Amino acid sequence: MSKIFPKSANALPLQIVIFLFVLGGVAAAGITYYATPAYLRVGYQPVQPVPFDHSLHAGQLGIDCRYCHASVEKSATSSVPAAQTCMNCHSVIKTTSPLLEVVRESYKTGDPVPWVKIHQAPDYVYFNHSVHVNRGVSCVECHGKVNEMTAVYHAKSHSMSFCLNCHRNPATFIRDPQDVFNLDSKTLAEQGRLADAQKFVHDWKVKPPQSCSGCHR
Amino acid sequence: MRYAYYTLAFLVVLLVSVMGFRGMKSSRPPIEVFPDMDHQAKYKPQAESKFFADGRADRPIPAGTVPYGRGRGVELEPGHGFDSTTGAFADPAYLRGDDFRYAGKKADGTFARGFPVEVTETLVRRGRNRYMIYCYPCHGALGDGNGITKSYGMLATPSYHDDRIRQMAEGEIFNTITHGKNTMFSYADKLSPDDRWAVVAYVRALQRAHNASIDDVPLAERGGLK
Ligand code: HEC
Ligand code: HEC
Ligand code: HEC
Ligand code: HEC
Ligand code: HEC
Repeated sequence: MSKIFPKSANALPLQIVIFLFVLGGVAAAGITYYATPAYLRVGYQPVQPVPFDHSLHAGQLGIDCRYCHASVEKSATSSVPAAQTCMNCHSVIKTTSPLLEVVRESYKTGDPVPWVKIHQAPDYVYFNHSVHVNRGVSCVECHGKVNEMTAVYHAKSHSMSFCLNCHRNPATFIRDPQDVFNLDSKTLAEQGRLADAQKFVHDWKVKPPQSCSGCHR
Repeated sequence: MRYAYYTLAFLVVLLVSVMGFRGMKSSRPPIEVFPDMDHQAKYKPQAESKFFADGRADRPIPAGTVPYGRGRGVELEPGHGFDSTTGAFADPAYLRGDDFRYAGKKADGTFARGFPVEVTETLVRRGRNRYMIYCYPCHGALGDGNGITKSYGMLATPSYHDDRIRQMAEGEIFNTITHGKNTMFSYADKLSPDDRWAVVAYVRALQRAHNASIDDVPLAERGGLK
């Protein structure tokens, strides 16, 4: 009787097991790389109804973030401005620009400009802007250099590990409260003033929640 | 067996070329891997609503709405509208009953001079802070009307150092911030009444500084200035 399997087939079970391990490794690497917010969200840059340019308005013209996002210091949400805020200037500047047609229409009718929301915390997460902004956490930590973006995109992952990374050690991320709205500023730690930051965290009783109920309430 | 590895390598290359790398710009909405409770049946601020005809979840406040029961039974300051027999009281800050403080006007409807709040260093500092956010783009850091928007066509911005504005009653400046004037729109949505008074105080400080003489500087601070 001739042999059905050649001799080399003896090594096959082992080779298959090794291959399965490699396959598992590749699959795990693929999932951590692709199925996490760092890939899924970062870079999301929707097409907005008006090509509003932060690098022009916040960067070049030097308008403070709070001019438009007026509630960011006072409330949980950072409001996107109504058309009237744009018309403060655009009732005089670029009054006939076709790019601003949607804004003028919105100002006339009162219907909001349909801006596409970029950053969206899941509904089971509680987030509050004012607590962060009033404790020396700058916009740039969570939104990247918006003052240099022609169109805003999702610059940071906003995953749970991203939040906790800072909550576990806030002192290294904190700025002088005056610098919070200046996105080009450096953190106290980067300025070599880590001791000041630790003092700030201590004096102002900065205690970011690390327990589940802090963010999932 | 070799072919299995070749296939795997091919699949990895295929996957990377289809999916790309982290951080690449895309206008596709992010995929939610486990969308379990991401979207609950509740409205968040500025959200969209399919229920209301205008599509807004934030409802406009109907005209003439009066807050009810605020501060009931809590006495802030004696005599502030507190009715000790019923335990109810009208919070003047909420009902905005005080014409001077909330409209800048006297009882006869003319603009009031002076401030309804105490002018302290804290108030002026707050005023400077708010001024630099909301007024600075047009009125400029010095209040001379040469803000950044002037070079882009906003030509009508006046200087605070004109006699007309230096003589203007504080109440009228307050009114201009509240309701706007000519090409300036209302800033009432951005500045609370108390913040508006703080800004008025800072405008007065700018005017004073612009027209200051050496006698206004304390002797010790002159440091050789003549
Ligand atoms: C002149 C008004 C204006 C100024 C000043 C301004 N923004 Fe915005 N911002 C907008 C508008 C309008 C939108 C919505 C359209 C868009 O996403 O581009 C927006 C969107 C955003 C978003 C994305 C919101 C979302 O949907 O997730 C972020 C983040 C943001 N702004 C941050 C900033 C920061 C930080 C500054 C200060 C450096 C700033 N903005 C200054 C008007 C302004
Ligand atoms: C402080 C004044 C100011 C405010 C507030 C402001 N803008 Fe502008 N905007 C400008 C200036 C100045 C320019 C540049 C004009 C130029 O290049 O000559 C400009 C340019 C633009 C342009 C390009 C127009 C074109 O035809 O090139 C768009 C679009 C625009 N703004 C949208 C907005 C929107 C939307 C808002 C409200 C969220 C807004 N702006 C608020 C001052 C302002
Ligand atoms: C600690 C992180 C963090 C900081 C600091 C931060 N943001 Fe946000 N921002 C978020 C998150 C998370 C969301 C999504 C919130 C949601 O969907 O409820 C968001 C959403 C927004 C939005 C969209 C509207 C909204 O509230 O949902 C705007 C506009 C915005 N941020 C502007 C700013 C500005 C301007 C600053 C600085 C003054 C700032 N943010 C600082 C994390 C941050
Ligand atoms: C760069 C640092 C930083 C990042 C990133 C950050 N936080 Fe915080 N967070 C803080 C600090 C600092 C405080 C503490 C404020 C205090 O104790 O006064 C805080 C406080 C909080 C609180 C408590 C608020 C309250 O009312 O008690 C919540 C909730 C919270 N953060 C949620 C989040 C979420 C969700 C994210 C991720 C999207 C996030 N944070 C990202 C620094 C950060
Ligand atoms: C600093 C705030 C914060 C704290 C503290 C926190 N979480 Fe989260 N958690 C988040 C955020 C933000 C998300 C959403 C992440 C995302 O959308 O990618 C999240 C998501 C989750 C999810 C859903 C993951 C998914 O993709 O479906 C679970 C489960 C969860 N958290 C459990 C916990 C548990 C258990 C704890 C306590 C050990 C905890 N969280 C503490 C901020 C927090």
